[in-house]
Amino acid sequence: MAIVKMQKLSVCANQKNRKAILETLQNLGTVEIFTDEITDEELHKKDTQRARSEFEKSAESFDKALKLLDAYAPEEKKGLSLFMGRAAIRRSEVDRVSKKSVSLLNDATQILRDEKEISECGGNIIKDRNQIEALLPWQSLGIPMNTERTKTTAVFVGTLPEAITEEQLFAAASKELPEPAPVSVSVLSTTHELTCVTVVCLLRDRQKVEENLRAIGYARPSQMVPEVPAAATIELEKDIELQEKNIEDLKADIASFAGERNDFRIAADYFRSRAEKYKVLGTIPQTKHAFFLEGWVPADQADRIASLLSDNYGALVEKEETRETDVEPTLLKNNRFSQAAEGVLASYGLPQHGHVDPTFIMSIFYVIFFGMMLSDAGYGIVMFVACAIILKKYPALESGTKKMMQLFFWCGISTTFWGLMYGGFFGDAIDVIARTFFGYTGDGIVKALWFEPLKSPMRLLIWCMLFGVIHLYVGLGIKGYEYLKSGDVVGFVSDILSWYAFLTGLILMLVPSDLFASIAGMTFSFPAFVGPLAKILAIGGMLIILVMSGRGRKNWGLRIALGAYDIYGVTGWLSDVLSYSRLLALGLATGVIGNVINMMASMFGGGPVGAILFIVIFILGHTLNIGINALGAYVHTNRLQYVEFFGKFYEAGGRPFNPFQNANKYVEVKEER
Amino acid sequence: MSLGMVFAVLGAALSTLFAGMGSAWGVGMAGQAAAGVVSEDPEQFAKVLLLQLLPGTQGIYGLLVTFITLSRIGILGGTAITDTHTGLMYLFACLPIAIVGLVSAYHQGRTSVACIGLVAKKPDQFGKAMLFPAMVETYAILALLISILTVTNIG
Repeated sequence: MAIVKMQKLSVCANQKNRKAILETLQNLGTVEIFTDEITDEELHKKDTQRARSEFEKSAESFDKALKLLDAYAPEEKKGLSLFMGRAAIRRSEVDRVSKKSVSLLNDATQILRDEKEISECGGNIIKDRNQIEALLPWQSLGIPMNTERTKTTAVFVGTLPEAITEEQLFAAASKELPEPAPVSVSVLSTTHELTCVTVVCLLRDRQKVEENLRAIGYARPSQMVPEVPAAATIELEKDIELQEKNIEDLKADIASFAGERNDFRIAADYFRSRAEKYKVLGTIPQTKHAFFLEGWVPADQADRIASLLSDNYGALVEKEETRETDVEPTLLKNNRFSQAAEGVLASYGLPQHGHVDPTFIMSIFYVIFFGMMLSDAGYGIVMFVACAIILKKYPALESGTKKMMQLFFWCGISTTFWGLMYGGFFGDAIDVIARTFFGYTGDGIVKALWFEPLKSPMRLLIWCMLFGVIHLYVGLGIKGYEYLKSGDVVGFVSDILSWYAFLTGLILMLVPSDLFASIAGMTFSFPAFVGPLAKILAIGGMLIILVMSGRGRKNWGLRIALGAYDIYGVTGWLSDVLSYSRLLALGLATGVIGNVINMMASMFGGGPVGAILFIVIFILGHTLNIGINALGAYVHTNRLQYVEFFGKFYEAGGRPFNPFQNANKYVEVKEER
Repeated sequence: MSLGMVFAVLGAALSTLFAGMGSAWGVGMAGQAAAGVVSEDPEQFAKVLLLQLLPGTQGIYGLLVTFITLSRIGILGGTAITDTHTGLMYLFACLPIAIVGLVSAYHQGRTSVACIGLVAKKPDQFGKAMLFPAMVETYAILALLISILTVTNIG
């Protein structure tokens, strides 16, 4: 319902208690420390950058080691990780882990080292495979590849750039040599692009033969091994086997640390929190014997924290007056229902101190509008049951996710309500099932408690706009409340009351008119006095706006012009109200698509095959529909709040409360008393 | 079968055709951008998927109008049209969602692409990023409304 009042505390304490005080504050997690305003020449700040980055590096090692453990020794999952949240542990657990943090860090480092070796082995395997590939054409070579000569002969081992037969090769190699040429050639393998050959000749012909071979594109092999290729291949394959075994061993080594997974998690968070502490420590001004800090705390906790620090650590704690220049951080506090919608507000922007927290009012409209857009009792039941199960089964949900689930729980109930009002239960599923499988031929079984939107869309459109007018009026009312709270009665009359009068007058004039009757198909007859009253309200309100809207200006001409411009703002109201027609459009969309799905599902008749196909199509279709329409309802409910409602009064710009706390990612530490 | 029926069915077909084309276009564009973001930061998958889906609603609106039309002109229910005028009226009644659906889905897709970029840089601004494409959709909703109101009130 409100923004929590904040209190500024200033703390001055002895250096020897510095560690204990900081740890206490960190574990409490309710103080936002800031020290920018404490300046004095005698104060200095401690450089904690090195220690901090050391801790961050350790935390990161644990994070990486945990990821590797998950990869090589996957944990048995006890549910969807999305909803698992952080595990609750005791403070003594953290102490136990912190005592053996050095050996844990060694283990984590060992895991990272293993991983590095694994990737090195993987690299070696790839290298070996490439070499085997390159040796493939040389398999039939019976001598080491780098052989160049024997006692009396020269040996050429190499490649030619195209396919060639032994006869052609012999002819080319023995060119210009006396017949019979003492040259022996053999083609080892041949493809279009590459032919592997050996040529043997007498040592004395060496130069000539080499020239001949060069002329047809002879080259030494690109991958040379000093062994017989077949033997080399076997060696390489052995090496691959060895490396693969190495990798297996290393993986097993990593997996052997699986038992320490939990300790790793605690240690990771322990180091992260210490890094956080050193970050704050680095900003704290201190002298040789004392240190100083200031911080925001929720006002109702101020006394408790002050006495905690002064009693236990002899610190001097004072409550400070809030100065003009201070920007109080914003923390919201709402009842159990409305706090679910705090996330919606926060993603638009938090309110500033001194303004209204609209969460409560917004949450009511939010749930109603969401229900009107999704508006199917079946979908609503699915939604709130699913959310209830998740909330029950995973009590340790992250606070943001938890609020979201709570919000959708309420939205689900509202959806069920509106579904009953409109007569939608998985579209017209009950009627379709009765007709298809039970031969029912009468009228619709499911009756809408209110009316069916598709039968009289105009009527629902009018209602939607009415809800819109109420929503917008409430928004304007909140602005009026803020005017009154700051004592600005003139502003209240000229900016708020005038608009209420003007708009109400216009609506009262429009409703009984022929135009409205022909559009809506309904006629309203008000008592006789309403007509003149409406005119008085509209004209009175308009005059006030005309004269008072530009009241900040001295120049009357400008002032009236501004007023006239503001009256033109009534078109903005018109478009705002029309925007609520999405309540109708999205409600219709859910219902009609649901009907289409049911119709498709029932196309296969009433037999057993028909029943099976019905169930399959029914489940797939409605899952799709619930997904896409819930998304639509969510987006457009947000829009109605952000654009139409907030547009009337709300200014964001509050700074979120960011207390000094443990930076935990895996575990939630429970304090022991 | 009268010429009126032909026009009415043409209208029904057009609304699914054009609105669906627009959505396919928009969702396709946004999907390409979303895939790019996920390749860098897989954790943003859920957020960019939602943003990708936003231009998909026009196709559904088109389907909706088609279904309502078909269920009134004697194809899925209702009574068959006998005169050309009524058929033409159905055709024109379908045009708002057909045309506005096409154009708005295309532009909503482009806005989604931009907002997916926004989420990639600042994941915490998701709430705002979702709102920009929703603004474009307003006009598809208005067109849908007019199409539905017209179709349900003909004859």
